Formats: sequence, C-alpha cells, structure tokens
Amino acid sequence: MAYYIARRLGLAIMVMLTISFMSFVMLKMSGDLAISLAGEGSGADYVEFLRKTYGWDKPLPVQYWNWLIKALQGDVGTSFYYGSPVLSLIAERLPATLSLGAMAITMALAVAIPLGMAGGRAPGSIIDRIALFIALLGVSTPIFWLSFLLILVLGIQFAVLPISGGGSVRHLAMPAMALAFYSMPAIIRISRAGMIEVMRSEYIRTARAKGLRPWQIYLQHALRNTLVPVVAVASVQFGFLLGGSVVVENIFAIHGIGYLTWEAINQNDYPVVQAALLAVSAAYVVLTLLADIVNMMIDPRIRLE
Amino acid sequence: MNSRITGSVPAARLWKGPRIPVGRWGLATGVFIIGFITLVAILAPWIAPYSPYEQSLANRLVQPVFMEGGTWGHILGTDHLGRDYLSRLIYGARLSLLVGFGTIVLSAVMGIGLGLLGGYFGGRVDMAVMFLLTVRLSLPIMLVAISLVGLLGNSLPLMMLILACFLWDQFLVVTRSLTMRLRNAEFVLAARAAGLSNVRIMIGEVLPNLVSPLIVVGTLEMAHAILLEAALSFLGLGIRPPDSSWGLMIAEAKDFVFFESWLVNIPGLAMLVLVAGITFLGEGLRAWLAPDSSQ
Repeated sequence: MAYYIARRLGLAIMVMLTISFMSFVMLKMSGDLAISLAGEGSGADYVEFLRKTYGWDKPLPVQYWNWLIKALQGDVGTSFYYGSPVLSLIAERLPATLSLGAMAITMALAVAIPLGMAGGRAPGSIIDRIALFIALLGVSTPIFWLSFLLILVLGIQFAVLPISGGGSVRHLAMPAMALAFYSMPAIIRISRAGMIEVMRSEYIRTARAKGLRPWQIYLQHALRNTLVPVVAVASVQFGFLLGGSVVVENIFAIHGIGYLTWEAINQNDYPVVQAALLAVSAAYVVLTLLADIVNMMIDPRIRLE
Repeated sequence: MNSRITGSVPAARLWKGPRIPVGRWGLATGVFIIGFITLVAILAPWIAPYSPYEQSLANRLVQPVFMEGGTWGHILGTDHLGRDYLSRLIYGARLSLLVGFGTIVLSAVMGIGLGLLGGYFGGRVDMAVMFLLTVRLSLPIMLVAISLVGLLGNSLPLMMLILACFLWDQFLVVTRSLTMRLRNAEFVLAARAAGLSNVRIMIGEVLPNLVSPLIVVGTLEMAHAILLEAALSFLGLGIRPPDSSWGLMIAEAKDFVFFESWLVNIPGLAMLVLVAGITFLGEGLRAWLAPDSSQ
C-alpha cells in the first residue's frame, strides 16, 4: 500500500512539473513581458532595466529553473494589472470557486446516484428512461443557456433566488444548479452501470435468498460496491467544475478563479492567467490522487493490481 | 473496468460523458437531425432569407412570428442591430458544424497517431504516451482553452487546432487498447514476416480494423468541440462579431434577456437540438457498429 501511494505520488509530481513547464512556455509565448510591463511607448532603457531586474535576459532553461524555485516558495509573480502578488489574488478568489464547486458536486451526487441506481435496478423501466433522458439533456444543454433559463424562471418568474453576485449560499444556489446539471450525466451513467453489474452478482442473490429487505440490499450491499467508480468519477467531475465554472461565474458575477482568469485574459495579465491554470491543475491532480487513495481504502482489490 | 487497458490512468477517469443506450430509433433521430442541420448549413447562402450581416436599425428587436407583434417577414425576428435572426441562426449552424468537424479531424490525427504508437510498440513508448495522456487529463480544458485562445488569437483554424489539442484523449484510449489486442494477431505477424515497415503495418494493417469504433468516438467528441466553441464565443474569446455563432448570439442577447428572452432561447434551443442529435447519432452508431463496447 505504501508502495502504491508512493508511486502514485511520484506520478502526480511529474504531472505537475510538466504542467508547470507548459504554463511557463505559454507565458513566454505571450510576447515580451518586459514590454507588456513597461507599457507601450516606454523608453528602451526602461524595458532593458525591467528585463535585467526580472532576469528575462537569461537563457530559457535558467529562467524556468529560477521561476520554479520561486514558485515552490509561493512566489508566482506580480499581477500586471493589480500590481499585487498573484498568489494573494488566487488565494482571495479560490474559496468562491471551491464552495461553488463543492455545492454543485454535492447537488449532482445527491440527485444522480439515487437516479442512476434506481435506473440500473430495472433497466428499461420508466425511471430508467427518465434517468437516461436527464443524462441526455445534461450532455446536450449548453451551460450558459441553462444559466439564463434558471435566471428567467427562478430569478425572475418566481423570484426565489438572487440572480447575480456571490457571498451567500442563496447566491451560489443557481450557479451550483447549472454546474450540477452539467456533471450529473457522468455520475448517472456510472452509478447505473455499477448497479446493473452489482445486481447480477452472486452476493445480491444470496442477500435476497437470506430474505433481506430490498432497501437493505440496496443500501448495505449494492451502494457500497457502486461507490468505487463513483468516487473516481466524482473527483474528476469536481476538477471539471473548478475549471469549467468560468462560464457560470461570468454569468452570475461570482468573483472566483474562473472570473479572475477571464478578466486577466482580457487585460493581458499573463502572470495571473498562468497562476490560475497552475492552481486549478494542482487542485485537480491532488483530487485525483486523493480519490485513488480513498478507492484503495474502499476496495482492497485495487491495491493488489 | 480494467485498469490494465488504461495503464496508470484508472478507466473511470476516462469516462467523459455518459454513454446513453439508444436503439434504432435513436440512430434514426440522430441521422435525421444531423442530416437536416448539415443540409441547412451547406445551403445557407441560398436558403437564408437575408444577409446575416445586414443591419437595419429601423427594424431592431422585431418579435418572432410565434409571438405577439411578429411578422412573417422575419420568422425568428431580428436582433438588437436589426439583423434577421433566422439568417444568423442558419449561418451559425454552418460555423458550429465546421468547427466541430475540423476539430475532430485534427484531434483524431493526434489521438490515433499516439494510440497506434503506444499500443503497437508498448514498453517505454507506451509509458510516454500514457504520461502525455495523464497530463492532458489533468489540464482544466475550459480554462486552458480560453487562455490559449486569448493568448494566441482566435482565427478559426487556430481555434480548431487549440480545441483539438484537448479532445484527442478518447481517440488515443480506443486506438491504443484495440491496437494492443491486434499487435500479435496473425495478419500483423504475417505482415511483419513479409518485411513491411512498422509504419506501414500500423497504418495499412492495424488502422483499418479500428475504423468503426473510431467513427463512434469522433461523432461523440464532435459534440464536445461544438459546445466548447459556443462557450468560447459566449465568453467573447471565440468567433468575433460580426460573424455568427450560436454562442456569440447568446452573448450578444444577454443584455436583453429580461425583456426579450426569446433572443437567448432560440440559439440555446438550436444548440440543444444539435448536440442531442449528435449524441443520438454517436450512440446509435455505437450500438450498430461496435455493439461489444456499448456497455
């Protein structure tokens, strides 16, 4: 088990290093940072001075190394636009995105697991068809249209939820619903497939033969065994939500990481863009690592592979 | 679920979307919807009632025909600049399909190429390929795509290339696992004994056996590409005005959403129908062409 975790951790670190290198190259491709920082029409002396100060006159590998050392110490540069350290900007915006993502994934799991399991219990039944129909709508509905539909219905027609801004649970409810709808299909599908497989297994037949009540069978036996793939998919979906919330944050004016990135792109504030990408990727890598470890605990068979 | 097939990446992680089992009627629905939209897109210059660019400030925000005050002159009304909404919708279909198709061709080349290499050679080559896949799956696709488009520009070919860089993973997974199964098949051994080069074996002998499942993957990934393009355009980082894209139409209508919600709902519904149609087509093809992989 320790060996497995160590190997998995090594992989996560290598992935993060690769992504950091890619993001560094991306930042370099964005053009001459010294000129962007100095502003247009600045004197050549000043540009040259900035280049020296920041070490942008050195060869690229040296620059990457210096950048990496600094980044590991928590210094990922200074925002061109705000003038403040990028890390503090990210730290300020991350909670909004994280709580939005957490709320969305909770909603999605709460609806999709029972729906998927109910469908998988009796494939072809009415409830199964409903589950699949919802999954189809989930993959096909563009999230920005869904957001507007929610605003029109819940925000205007019934006026039960605020349509913009962040800060409270009620503010996050609509954007979280939109995101949840988007991540439900994968969870419906996998819990449905898991349930179909479980229902065919011997131990469910045994449980039935013992005379256990149906709900005992579903909750105590089937749910546990459907859970392994669901944990993996949920962690992936949570990662998608963190990155994919940019559209929703934009519509509902939630000042999270996605909104920050979008603003930064429009303001050519590349250090912020780079740091946001790194932060979200890191969150994703950590999540999948944790999911793998959790799964190892739920299902000992995984350790043996 | 077999983690040997996917190497270091647990198989569950590769499930991007649900596989929705559809029967014959599903395939028929998909063919009908996609056929219709493709036809409309191809014939756009002939069937669009107006130019999608022509503004008419005297005719701003004319209601569509099914609403009060609508006229048959503008069946779906006009937008905030007086442009005919139906014509913009038709030209938008053209763009969605073009981006979807172009992106898929590019990402298929990347994914199939890598998958053939990994599956055929195995060993270290395969490890390298799988590492690339792990990195790709760890990147937040939406954020990276908008950053790259913002950074490098949003010409149409460039945008398709950027999207393609994120949509090759399914092609890789399918190609690789099937190639692994075929690499010691008799016809491959015979080709090797006959002295064919590895490249010729991969492309001439192995690849033709993968066509059916890859068509299914391509169809389903096309839906992703189309939704991503719409999201990019919605955020103002994709298709630029005055060109017409469904995502852009929704973005342009967003200031009017409280009073003229049909401006948002028409392109939104169009998008839903198109993507659902592609999903039906893909799932229908899967059931028809590759029934063994349908679970």
